[in-house]
Amino acid sequence: MPLPIDPEIRARVDRLELPWNELGIDPYGISKDYLAANFTALRFFYRRYFSVEAHGLEHVPARGRVMLVGNHSGGFALDGVMVIGSMFFDMEPPRVAQGMVEKFLNRIPFASQISSRLGHLTGLPENAERLLADDRMLMVFPEGTRGTAKLYRERYSLVHFGSGFMRLAQKMKTPIVPFAFMGGGEAVPTISNAVTLGKLLGVPYIPVTPWLVALPLPAKLEVYYSEPMFFEGNGSEEDEVVNANVEKVKDRIASLIEIGKKRRRGEP
Amino acid sequence: MKVLVPGIAGRLGRMLAERLLAEGHDVIGIDRRPFRDPPPGIEVHELDIRKRAAEDVFRRVRPNAVIHLATVTHLVVQSEDRYRINLGGTRAVFEHSAAYGVEHVVFVGRHTYYGAAPDSPLFHVEDEPPMGLASFPQLADLVAADLYAGSALWRYPSFATSVLRMVYTLGPTGHGTLATFLRGARVPTILGYDPLFHFMHEQDVIGALVTALATRPRGVFNVAGPQPVPLSVIIEETGRTNVPLPGPLLGAALGRFGLPRLPRGALQHIRYPITVDASSFVRTTGWSHAIDERAAMRAYREAFPRPLPH
Repeated sequence: MPLPIDPEIRARVDRLELPWNELGIDPYGISKDYLAANFTALRFFYRRYFSVEAHGLEHVPARGRVMLVGNHSGGFALDGVMVIGSMFFDMEPPRVAQGMVEKFLNRIPFASQISSRLGHLTGLPENAERLLADDRMLMVFPEGTRGTAKLYRERYSLVHFGSGFMRLAQKMKTPIVPFAFMGGGEAVPTISNAVTLGKLLGVPYIPVTPWLVALPLPAKLEVYYSEPMFFEGNGSEEDEVVNANVEKVKDRIASLIEIGKKRRRGEP
Repeated sequence: MKVLVPGIAGRLGRMLAERLLAEGHDVIGIDRRPFRDPPPGIEVHELDIRKRAAEDVFRRVRPNAVIHLATVTHLVVQSEDRYRINLGGTRAVFEHSAAYGVEHVVFVGRHTYYGAAPDSPLFHVEDEPPMGLASFPQLADLVAADLYAGSALWRYPSFATSVLRMVYTLGPTGHGTLATFLRGARVPTILGYDPLFHFMHEQDVIGALVTALATRPRGVFNVAGPQPVPLSVIIEETGRTNVPLPGPLLGAALGRFGLPRLPRGALQHIRYPITVDASSFVRTTGWSHAIDERAAMRAYREAFPRPLPH
């Protein structure tokens, strides 16, 4: 069943600089039709429902390999979807931010079909390296599922950052653009995570909100991108070296969150 | 050059023989199946590669090169016999090659070696171990034959061994696993899954084999031409109807209602992709494909239009 596609969105998809074949499919299986239908549906949420604001887009390179690295905010992938939206709706020319999908999702019907047609491959170092070698844009949340599981009161905290992304960035000589995602905790105020129920359904947990299901409120969402960070090395350094670099990125994101909090309170 | 081709009587074998003849090689074929209307100038022996008489052919002909096509893939041939053909036959090819001065052996393997799984990377590289056997044990003989062929690289340093892991073929002969899967008017898929499929036109398969023959690359190589394509797109482009069924239902419906008969493990191959990185072969040999994915699908569709209802 074909989903509606807005001609304006279709024209924007045509401007994406990816190596399409005649059928509108790139070597990783990204489909122009899927992208167009997805962004047609997303536009209402991006522009109206959450009225997403993206700050600092000038820091994001228009071409070439890059990693967008940020905090999780909101009980599920709302943050990722909106970051992808900002790269598509607000960048000139638009870019496809490619996320890494949790392995458990591939076992769920439709999840891998849809995510892979939109460019989000299984979260494996091999896939990430290949994408960067092909000068793609990778979106990474180093907090992992620990980050989406943050409760409402923890919404502006950062949990432990994995170091895989840093080793990858060093090995692949890739600039990191840190970003802070704001407002996900207000849109999906998690009061608890149902772990047992999640296990039954084959996912790590189910976020529970005051109105039980995790349908997001129309809270204002914001993304703050900062200038790119470069790290020397080849990714096989000692843990201390890599972890020190990870901390630098984490600190940058924490300071972006502080800027965002001030702005949200109406301070200058 | 004298080229011996075990497994010559298949579709691919015939095409390869014609191409080798056209390039001025002497072609000697071995197959236990009869080779009907062989192209003139080919010496064909109807016998089993594992039998004594096959060794006599090696002894008498003393081929310069061997292109080993004699592995059975038809998943319907499900028996001890298939095991023996694929493993015993491969062993015989390498032992005779070592004994009778062959300079180069090309083993034609398959990219399904890597297996299909939810947690495997897109674009497999050659040093990855085979991970698909737990879900699809029927492929064990092909995987073992592939690994055995690879061991010839250290076992027999006297000649060059090329292990080629070929993606599916698709083209006007309708030869191969994917082509057979697409033969009917309705093609079953698993609801909610649409994996990428990697395939190449059979002329490109032949081209890659001839290039390997000329360049003698030592090692294990993935061989693929154009980029992979989602299964749903292949079904549409070849004029078939996609019939998505829930996984458990499809398992029960296979072999009925005009759906192809497949072992259960094969369902993994229509749930998750098997795609390969073939850049090493291209770098080493300079080969490149001539026919893109769309042309290959069109060629198949023209040769095998959607079957009419009875």
